[in-house]
Amino acid sequence: MAIRSPSSSIFRPKNGVDQSVMEENKKLIADINRRNLLRGTVSLGALTMLTGCSVSDTGAMQAFLRAVSSFNDGVQALLFTNRLAPTFREDQVVKPPRFNAFYEIEDVKPVDGQKWKLELSGLIENKTAWTAEQIYKLPEQEIIVRHICVEGWDYIGQWSGVPLSDFLKRIGADTKAKYISFKCADDYTETLDMATALHPQTILATKYARDPIADPFGFPLRLRTSTKLGFKNAKWITAMEVTNTFQETYWSKQGFNWFAGI
Amino acid sequence: MSDSLTVKSTRRHKLHPAALRTMHWINAIAMILLIGSGWKIYNDEVLFGWLHFPDWMTFGVYAQHGLQIHFFAMWLLVINGIAYAAYGFATGRLRRKMLPIRLSEIAANIRDALRFKLAHDDITRYNAVQKMLYVGIMLVIVIQILSGLAIWKPVQFQELTALLGGFQYARLAHFIGMAAIVGFLIIHVALALLVPKTIIAMVAGGPDVADDDTAPHPAPAE
Repeated sequence: MAIRSPSSSIFRPKNGVDQSVMEENKKLIADINRRNLLRGTVSLGALTMLTGCSVSDTGAMQAFLRAVSSFNDGVQALLFTNRLAPTFREDQVVKPPRFNAFYEIEDVKPVDGQKWKLELSGLIENKTAWTAEQIYKLPEQEIIVRHICVEGWDYIGQWSGVPLSDFLKRIGADTKAKYISFKCADDYTETLDMATALHPQTILATKYARDPIADPFGFPLRLRTSTKLGFKNAKWITAMEVTNTFQETYWSKQGFNWFAGI
Repeated sequence: MSDSLTVKSTRRHKLHPAALRTMHWINAIAMILLIGSGWKIYNDEVLFGWLHFPDWMTFGVYAQHGLQIHFFAMWLLVINGIAYAAYGFATGRLRRKMLPIRLSEIAANIRDALRFKLAHDDITRYNAVQKMLYVGIMLVIVIQILSGLAIWKPVQFQELTALLGGFQYARLAHFIGMAAIVGFLIIHVALALLVPKTIIAMVAGGPDVADDDTAPHPAPAE
């Protein structure tokens, strides 16, 4: 065994590491190592095969698939009309709503409604930040619509809050701009096309089933639009930007379709 | 005039012209991509608790890659399918090869098959069971595209989604359509492997046949 040059680390034992335990269990260790080596080799082989099968997540193939996904954004924008999504009765509403985020419900960090502010930026005339109290006083609209997740599940929810189109008018936003980007308290990001932002069933929701939205579902402010998949509905919104510059979002960066219209 | 008529009646083409063979294999690729990526998407929110597709059977690393592949292959399927339908109607091939489908022939075919006497020497003509399966799978694919649209756009195409009984039933319909296509695929591939010259014909074109190949199917020999 080669003796390594003595380290000056204060954590290194002065008389070297005690080898007795190692000596006692030499046979066991050798056995485990041999088995692991074998298993490792097999796994490595399997991994190589996997990479062979899954060229779809990197490189030229991924670039191609993302280009098709962008093309599909354009097709969906063409298919989009201002028609309303089906609405439902109050007794069909699921309470509480189904939780979903890029982490578990236990990891939700509640937002302090007293300190919270909605920051505004971009092509907006009046960029004064809004407090929760101010936003909760705005005229509300209620929508009872189906939430459809990209994963395939759905539920009927009852949301109310100021229609986004009203709010945009109120703050003097340039509604000829292409996008509205949202930043959230959990560093989530989302970008909506302007047509969807102006849809009559797109609201900045403050209430669920007539009560203020609970912490896990986006208190104090979240987006709710009837024409997009669930993940487009940003929760715990802290900032909003009206812009002509496209900004990738939390999920679109990972390869999910950006437009995600339904 | 009579000259050109004579020429027309004697002109011959390969059993499966190059355009048709190309469309067949593009369709095969599109279908396999759609099925494998569809299984990946399904796994994210299963319809049946007992059914998860093993990862090695699915396409894409994570759900987003399955979705990317699915929404690419759908174009391949639809554009190729439109081309196939246009070609089949314009050349009369669909009518010539797939019609008529007689119930009595289907019964006779099944009787023959059970006695291991089903003739397959002549691959230029489809028997009644083949015709039924081919026309059937075409209809299933059309319905599959419709149920796919109902899942993709349950707001913009809400009538379609409602027609299928709502979003989750549209998902179920799309799943059943997939199962029917996979079932067809297994039978189709198994039978092609039993009569390998059909595979060779779908690659190389097969024997020459007359252009106006409309002669009735010869009566099955007893």
